[in-house]
Amino acid sequence: MTRSPFLKRITPQLIILAIVLLLNVLVLPDFFTVKFQNGRLFGNIIDVLNRGAPTALLCVGMTLVIATKGIDLSVGAVMAIAGATAASLVVEGQHWTTAVMGALAVGALCGAWNGILVAFLRIQPIVATLVLMVAGRGIAQLITEGTILTFLDQGLIHLGAGTVLGIPTPILIWLSLGSFAAFLVRRTALGLLIESIGINEASSRLAGINSRVLLLCVYVVSGIGAAVAGVIVTADIQGADANNAGLWLELDAILAVVIGGNSLLGGKFSIVASLLGAMIIQSVNSVILLSGMPPEFNLVIKALLILAILVIQSPKVSHIIYILRASTPPAKVDRPNPAKELKR
Amino acid sequence: MNIKSTLLASAIALMPFAAAASDLTIGFSQIGSESGWRAAETTVTKQEVAARGIQLKFADAQQKQENQISALRSFIAQGVDAILIAPVVATGWDEVLEEAQDADIPVILLDRTVDAPDDLYLTAVTSDLVHEGSVAGQWLVDDMAGADCRIVELQGTTGSSPAIDRKTGFENAISGHDNLEIVRSQTGDFTRSQGKVVMESFLKAEGGDNICALYAHNDDMAVGAIQAIKEAGLKPGTDIKIVAIDAVPDAHLAIANSEMNATIELTPNMAGPALDALAAYLADGTVPPKWIQTESRLYTAADDNQAIYEVKKGLGY
Repeated sequence: MTRSPFLKRITPQLIILAIVLLLNVLVLPDFFTVKFQNGRLFGNIIDVLNRGAPTALLCVGMTLVIATKGIDLSVGAVMAIAGATAASLVVEGQHWTTAVMGALAVGALCGAWNGILVAFLRIQPIVATLVLMVAGRGIAQLITEGTILTFLDQGLIHLGAGTVLGIPTPILIWLSLGSFAAFLVRRTALGLLIESIGINEASSRLAGINSRVLLLCVYVVSGIGAAVAGVIVTADIQGADANNAGLWLELDAILAVVIGGNSLLGGKFSIVASLLGAMIIQSVNSVILLSGMPPEFNLVIKALLILAILVIQSPKVSHIIYILRASTPPAKVDRPNPAKELKR
Repeated sequence: MNIKSTLLASAIALMPFAAAASDLTIGFSQIGSESGWRAAETTVTKQEVAARGIQLKFADAQQKQENQISALRSFIAQGVDAILIAPVVATGWDEVLEEAQDADIPVILLDRTVDAPDDLYLTAVTSDLVHEGSVAGQWLVDDMAGADCRIVELQGTTGSSPAIDRKTGFENAISGHDNLEIVRSQTGDFTRSQGKVVMESFLKAEGGDNICALYAHNDDMAVGAIQAIKEAGLKPGTDIKIVAIDAVPDAHLAIANSEMNATIELTPNMAGPALDALAAYLADGTVPPKWIQTESRLYTAADDNQAIYEVKKGLGY
């Protein structure tokens, strides 16, 4: 019996996630306890899913961008811009749906800006998106006028801090958007086309793929994902914090993609594996918070855990594991032989 | 409009002084506007100067030392009567301060100090971060009055001097009181969102009923934590006492809504004491001490926080 290729692809991520969650149980034995409290599911595992939402939303777009051999450094700043836009619109008295639409439009615009620089002006992605990464927080501060712009619009707050049937809204948002994107790229030829750009853009263009438009679209998707993440973090604290919203989160998103086993050199990708990567990062954060260690150790612990994860995934180590498995004789399994059964 | 009304109010209050005001001109080199507090400091400085009838030359350095040095040189060239500066970094000031001294222009440092011989400036007006922490600790000692209390602490950015000093001050104040114990301490990076995230983990790791008080190194983290406490179905300010530092408008609002218990002010009014010292120095040569410590005032539910909120909201926080 052969395992499905999809399951085989995400097996390393599932194993690592299980190990990190086990570490959580070691530092806090009732880690998996989930209670229904104050009208919402309440527990550490819910926190991991909830707090991982921004990274998960960013890494959907980031996976696609990286699959085209690109990178998007601007997503953290786009989060700040989108959050500031949504907050300023509700403060002006607009309905929260208008505010969310406005934020998404701004996110798409930022993505289009990156896409044009990369696809049409042929600027290297790391430099092209660096422009918006640096300028973006300034733009966000212009929108909020330098203050933390607070609001009390219940509709908008619900997106970040509310629940639907007891489940925090951000979890539902990233799960549905993530699975929609994964489904779309794998049930249509879209995923294959994106991969072909990452592997060899010139020959994919010669094969008739409109690589420029596709590149543009990929950056727009990344911008929209960042905008959704920005709206969530803004709604969560009921205020747009232009200085800190999404700060350094682009790095977590890239890390999630890498932990998801995707190559930064482009080509084959898996959105589901990246999403698992995002959950692995959040579980590592959770270990640090729950361990009660002094904060001076936070970054050291995180670095060590991430290093361990990357070493386990490295081609050299997986090759050694492969050799070891190949050299050990297969264990004798005492299984009734179907052929004999039939004869009998 | 709010700024105008506060300006007017302070102008009326200070009318007797204003009447005696001379035709002084002073230069103020501000770091920039990296935080709400900084913006409030700029606003309050302009108010204080206007209330005394002094001319102000204002220069925004946009976080760059070279801009501040050239601003100081231009103040010296224009022959101002005194210079106020909020230095962006601690080092590299000796030369320009000597130039000011040669021109006989007194320099007063606001909010931060510099690594230069202290005869190069008249005085430094700053807050005492350790003292702020100990005022917070003392408030909790008094409020608990001997009852047992398990405290969780939200630290500022790891390694930053406000985080180190505010932690030290608080620990000094509660040491010797065996009923008070810090059970968890983690950084919230001075931000609302991290304050909320870390408080969520505290509530789960310790159990909400086992936490009696929260000490946050700034108000923003406390405001984030208040939301986490509410989402856990507890009453912030009642089930869990909350004390933080800075006294930003949103903290006053939280105290007015009984969701927070106390905040210690990091006053944006550094210019007031500086200008008073300057006036005394210019009038009869009274040399002020090299360090003027601003008041770290404690605000609790006993104050009219709604009114303070309305006033502070207009300061640009």
